[in-house]
Amino acid sequence: MSIIFDHVNYIYDEDTAMAHAALIDVNLKIPDGKFIGLIGHTGSGKSTLIQHMNGLIKPSGGTVYFNNEDINAPTYNKKNLRARVGLVFQYPEHQLFETDCFKDVCFGPKNLGLPQKDVELRAYEALKQVGLEDDFFYQSPFDLSGGQKRRVAIAGVLAMKPEVMILDEPTAGLDPKGREDILNLISDLHKKTGITIILVSHSMEDVADYVERIIVMNKGRVAFDAEPKEVFRHVTELEEMGLAAPQVTYCMKELWEAGFDVDTDATTLEEAKNEILKALGRC
Amino acid sequence: MKSSKISTAMKKMIDTDKLVFEYIRRDEEGNVEGITRAIDGVDLKVEPGQFIAVLGHNGSGKSTLAKHFNALLYPTEGEVHVDGMLTEDDEHLWEIRQEAGMIFQNPDNQIIGQVVEEDVGFGPENMGVPTDEIWERVDESLKAVRMDKFRKASPNHLSGGQKQRVSIAGVIAMHPKCIIMDEPTAMLDPNGRREVIRAARALNQVEGITIILITHYMEEVVDADRVFVMDKGRIVMEGTPREIFAQVDRLKELRLGVPQVTLLAHELRKSGVPLPEAVLTRKELVEALKKCR
Repeated sequence: MSIIFDHVNYIYDEDTAMAHAALIDVNLKIPDGKFIGLIGHTGSGKSTLIQHMNGLIKPSGGTVYFNNEDINAPTYNKKNLRARVGLVFQYPEHQLFETDCFKDVCFGPKNLGLPQKDVELRAYEALKQVGLEDDFFYQSPFDLSGGQKRRVAIAGVLAMKPEVMILDEPTAGLDPKGREDILNLISDLHKKTGITIILVSHSMEDVADYVERIIVMNKGRVAFDAEPKEVFRHVTELEEMGLAAPQVTYCMKELWEAGFDVDTDATTLEEAKNEILKALGRC
Repeated sequence: MKSSKISTAMKKMIDTDKLVFEYIRRDEEGNVEGITRAIDGVDLKVEPGQFIAVLGHNGSGKSTLAKHFNALLYPTEGEVHVDGMLTEDDEHLWEIRQEAGMIFQNPDNQIIGQVVEEDVGFGPENMGVPTDEIWERVDESLKAVRMDKFRKASPNHLSGGQKQRVSIAGVIAMHPKCIIMDEPTAMLDPNGRREVIRAARALNQVEGITIILITHYMEEVVDADRVFVMDKGRIVMEGTPREIFAQVDRLKELRLGVPQVTLLAHELRKSGVPLPEAVLTRKELVEALKKCR
């Protein structure tokens, strides 16, 4: 059970003068139950990549497999795929449209053709999972705060009971507490339900804090695909790609250069703190 | 000098006096449901040439406040003066809009030209600047944000950070005294964020343009001259970045945070390492830790 990219290429406006390769020979294996971070500068191919995962885009060459089946085979059931691989777009709250939150979350499961009772049960569960208080269920989604709206939008995807959930910058535009809340919510979902999470993010600190593995896209290719520690060892290359390492990783490097005996691999605040305390002989 | 202007000696770039802004909520039939007070008695003074940061959680009133600074919104109560001009005074409307430029979050919503240079020239053209001078202004503005190489490019082919810098060039071409940036980096990647903040700082230091930066990224605030923190339409904290970031717990209560380095130093302090309060940069942290050895 996994998503596999086998030599996937994608060219925008193929056969025209505007032809432009967005994905070049991408090979990836995303096993079940992983929490993965996807980073890369604007235009590096991240969005094109995730749109291949639920069949919104067909590769120009190569094959995408979901659970060992070619998702672009003529007989493959794509509607079913889209329920199983849920995609939460950037600013998903712009897609809310119903008169109340509950109805909005019902929309997805209803389209799956489920009986009304099941639809409502799923919507209820999903709204509970994202931590929306009952008071808001029958309010217009447009009266909610930015963070709450985003939760409702995420619930809309969760109600499809996906096996994989892809989130494209779910924290964009939120205040620091809102960012933390959404990331904790995603992390809890991952822990409790074992769902595979693919998190697209521009925040190196967030990625370092939460994910198990990082995929770095650069100019349409997979530049790195490894654990956060391994990826953030390549600071120079990351900077050349328009990215960076978490602030604490730079700190550790500078401390090491100043003669402190610290592990420069620390990528989270907790690790950095412990390393510094150790170097100072305080624990 | 126009009579309604305050004397030069006490002229602030932005000066709000007991500013209140309320909007009326209506139901589907248009009946009044209630009144929301989005800005509640704000007294904010910005000196010419300052770099100001405004922090606050979603819905705290930052953007509503910012829209008063170039007469996109008018106060329900109180007054706003921009460079000595009262914003409600229609006579000064265009002068205010030219002096105080705005940059918004989404670069795609602000670019109208098919070619970068056309987009940048749009502002001065509307102001009736002679053609030769428009091109001069386009030149200097693109240079100021280091986008002169992309003069003939189509904005569609630029990265988010580049587009945002073109938007800034479009504002500079109108020769503003002040630029208000409302979360200009929210949609950008790390490189784009760096580019935009660097451009903002250069405009402040080299050109002396007053900058008001609204942001959710604490790292972008450390070099500001002054920081204002908003909550429920009020200014609840005001000070230098060091004064503000020394109050980690208070900021957390306000749904905000501090830069990661500051937080690391804060955590180390709690574990007994004798560090000063509010370490703002990596360099400061390394220096302070050297003294602890």
